[in-house]
Amino acid sequence: MPGKEQPSDQTPPSRADVKTVMDGSEIDRSLTRIAHQILEANKGADSIALVGIVTRGDLLARALAERISAIEGEEVPLGKLDISLYRDDFMTHISPEVHSTDIPFDIDGRTIVLVDDVLYTGRTIRAALDALMDIGRPSAVQLAVLIDRGHRELPIRADYVGKNVPSSAQENVRLFLEEIDGTSAVEILRMEPGDRPSAAPTPAAHSSEGGDA
Amino acid sequence: MGCFPHKHLIDLGEYSADDIMTVLATAQKFKQVNERRIKKVPTLKGFTVVNMFNEPSTRTRSSFEIAEKRLSADALNFGGSSTSTVKGESLADTVRTLCAYKIDLIVVRDAHAGVPYKVAEASGVPVIDAGDGKHQHPTQALLDLYTIWQHKVLAEGVPFEKLHVGIVGDIGHSRVCGSLIPGLKTMGCEVTVVGPPTLMPARPDVLGADHVAYDLDSVLPQLDVVYMLRIQRERLEGAPFPSLREYSLLYGLTRERDALMKPDALVCHPGPINRGVELDSFMADHPARSVVLDQVYAGVLVRMAALYLLLGGQDGFDA
Amino acid sequence: MALMLRNARLVDPQVKTAAGLVDILIRDGRIVEIGKDLDLPKGIERDLEGKYVVPGLVDIHVHLRDPGFEQKEDIASGTRAAAHGGFTAVCAMPNTDPVIDDAVGVEYVKARAAEVGKCRVIVSGACTKDLQGEVLADIGDMAAHGASALTDDGRGIQSAGMMRRVMEYALPFDMPVMVHAQDDSLVGKGQVNEGVASTRLGLLGWPAEGEELEIARDIALCRLTGCPLHIQHITTARGLDLVRVAKAEGLPVTCEVTPHHLFLTEDDITDAYQTTLKVNPPLRTRADADALVAGVIDGTVDAIVTDHAPHTDHEKDREFELAPFGMIGLETSLGLMLTHLVGPGLLTMERLVELMAVNPRAIVGQERVALEPGSVADLTVIDPEAEWTVLREDFYSKAGNSGFLNASLKGRATDVYVGGYATMENGEVIE
Repeated sequence: MPGKEQPSDQTPPSRADVKTVMDGSEIDRSLTRIAHQILEANKGADSIALVGIVTRGDLLARALAERISAIEGEEVPLGKLDISLYRDDFMTHISPEVHSTDIPFDIDGRTIVLVDDVLYTGRTIRAALDALMDIGRPSAVQLAVLIDRGHRELPIRADYVGKNVPSSAQENVRLFLEEIDGTSAVEILRMEPGDRPSAAPTPAAHSSEGGDA
Repeated sequence: MGCFPHKHLIDLGEYSADDIMTVLATAQKFKQVNERRIKKVPTLKGFTVVNMFNEPSTRTRSSFEIAEKRLSADALNFGGSSTSTVKGESLADTVRTLCAYKIDLIVVRDAHAGVPYKVAEASGVPVIDAGDGKHQHPTQALLDLYTIWQHKVLAEGVPFEKLHVGIVGDIGHSRVCGSLIPGLKTMGCEVTVVGPPTLMPARPDVLGADHVAYDLDSVLPQLDVVYMLRIQRERLEGAPFPSLREYSLLYGLTRERDALMKPDALVCHPGPINRGVELDSFMADHPARSVVLDQVYAGVLVRMAALYLLLGGQDGFDA
Repeated sequence: MALMLRNARLVDPQVKTAAGLVDILIRDGRIVEIGKDLDLPKGIERDLEGKYVVPGLVDIHVHLRDPGFEQKEDIASGTRAAAHGGFTAVCAMPNTDPVIDDAVGVEYVKARAAEVGKCRVIVSGACTKDLQGEVLADIGDMAAHGASALTDDGRGIQSAGMMRRVMEYALPFDMPVMVHAQDDSLVGKGQVNEGVASTRLGLLGWPAEGEELEIARDIALCRLTGCPLHIQHITTARGLDLVRVAKAEGLPVTCEVTPHHLFLTEDDITDAYQTTLKVNPPLRTRADADALVAGVIDGTVDAIVTDHAPHTDHEKDREFELAPFGMIGLETSLGLMLTHLVGPGLLTMERLVELMAVNPRAIVGQERVALEPGSVADLTVIDPEAEWTVLREDFYSKAGNSGFLNASLKGRATDVYVGGYATMENGEVIE
């Protein structure tokens, strides 16, 4: 349902317009580093929980959770958060498809590490913070992103960053992940005038629950 | 899935199976909002929705009001005995007056068929039909479909195409049937309407009913869903049956009839129930069969979904 | 003052008309001479350039709404609409306020028509007081003051006993009893044809049997009393069969249909719930409309009428179930008949003249008008080739509740003469 927000699938950009800024192994190394940083900053995994923002942050959150439990030897609570009901552009754009929010633990009193793929204007994180506060009262919220591309429109910063990727507003920075896209990479591509920056299109197979696609 | 392809929710017959599934799937996502401590999201902040109820209705209006509030829309209730219709103002004038308040969507309930179309024409904003005369009641049909989807399709894994739904009672004067039968047919269900001939519409086939039956006991064993309509005592003209007692004997779903039903058959009712007429208390409260309260909850979910999809979709229209 | 109509093409099944283009000389309201290249020493001359001239059209089912509902229509506007549609006379229905059920009412309509009318107005009186179906109206007194027919149009007379009384009592006054066949116990608050339309739209049904039952009853009473019976706005195939059988039996039974029941069906009422298509009796099925057309062609139907029923916009622009029944028709009737039946060759011009001029006059006992010397010069000039679009702003009626707005039609009246005086020339009503 995101409609026009997704660049048209019919005309893929030519490879000449695309620049790879992170490959699969760089992504792996960054995630491992972030996992260590999270544990270091929070003095272990006891009080933290990971909440990924659908539709790519949730996958990164799962990857981080796997690394953390590999390091610490214990499972860290993992949830996913859909922000479509909290977006600030509903009045001007087609209603986004509502995905599932699934946070199967009590967030009250916990340190929540929000996870997203690309940090850009900060509006998604603003929406995610509001959504989180309506679910409960965490003791603290931290932000982990794989890419920070700048251009903030709100006073929001990330606590953990995989890579800073300077980009222009005419460019789109997108994360591809092996489990859904077949290969892992972060790419930068120029947008046509009128396009809006957005996440990489999610193949329908990614939808976990019935009726989602 | 592109932009939702409808501006209004008036004629459920115009919704394809995909459209209906979009509403049901969206409704399901709203469960999460309704089941947490803060049952409200800011999605429709700044939108003004008018509940124009030109005919008394407590339940449907409450359900819409809750749906609107949980989406943060500003809801204006307009209607009741103080309506302008009583003062002699025409429907079109009333609608134009409301529009001068700068509103975004109208939910309309009226005793007269076709009024939602007139409201849509006069207002230009999206319109949700909350029941018009004996014509349609699409959100009721959607909440019924949602309930059947949850209990039969998702929980038991029986697809809509394999379900046989029986609707029992006053088919001819029921706006619920005007939407529910087309909706069930769109989803692929088999539909039998049951009731005395005096309560049948002139052409049940026009609504989409596959079979007409006058004997409840003979069809009960085949039904996966038994949908009992309310006998609207106040709307019956010319006494179409001798007495409520005889009606209940012939068409009431009672403890005695339980044995005739499939073990997993559901009992639906749009409410409010006339206990002892169409349902006895055994059936109305039957823990395994009765999904009456699930229907009420589904009403909030599908109305939130309808508001969300129609208001969000307006960018794709000329309005 | 003499009037010479030159180059006319005559159509009149009542007389043997000259072929080709002829001239018609009119003096003192009557036709004096018909022939080729006539001399006109002094007077007005009009060249009709080969258009048809027919005996003036008559519509015997028209609601002029005057007195009482002048916001919808009045005698001045309604007779102008009639002239614009090509009519030289209309029969006004008595369901006004007050109802025309006594001599005073008859005299009022006659007087207003004489003062402000643009065509002849034939007055019909009610069968029963205030259309209540309970007490005889002043039938003899109304006849003495010039009423030509009796009808409780708008409602059926529910009691068979009362209907028999009306028909028996009317016998000596030589007036037909015209009936609106509607059995209220079956019809109730019916809004549209019972069946597909009522189910689809969620509206109460108006069953065909509610009409057919009264037609059958009234034919039996016609047999019993011998009173001429005219069935108004017949709409169903079976109703028409009843009339067909009665005629074969030799009973004095006639019937009429409206263009809207011929050319529109229940399927035309859509989700828009068009109140202009809310008429009584309702639009029926395609099969019924086809049967009516067949009846028009085979002669079972005697007259085309409009049941011209004007309403204000605000009365019609509301909930379907609350809007009043009826549509206007005077200004579209001839064009519709020419476009849909004469143009395609289903109906001859001669049959059209019988249906719209000859038979209507005979049913309500009006003096014969024919294209021959000595006849009253009530004439309608028809251009069968004129192509036009039905537009609200072109109506002379006060009302716009036509079910045919924006229809493209071919053929219309261009000139109308009543008693030798032009009421319309070149499509414009003459003041």
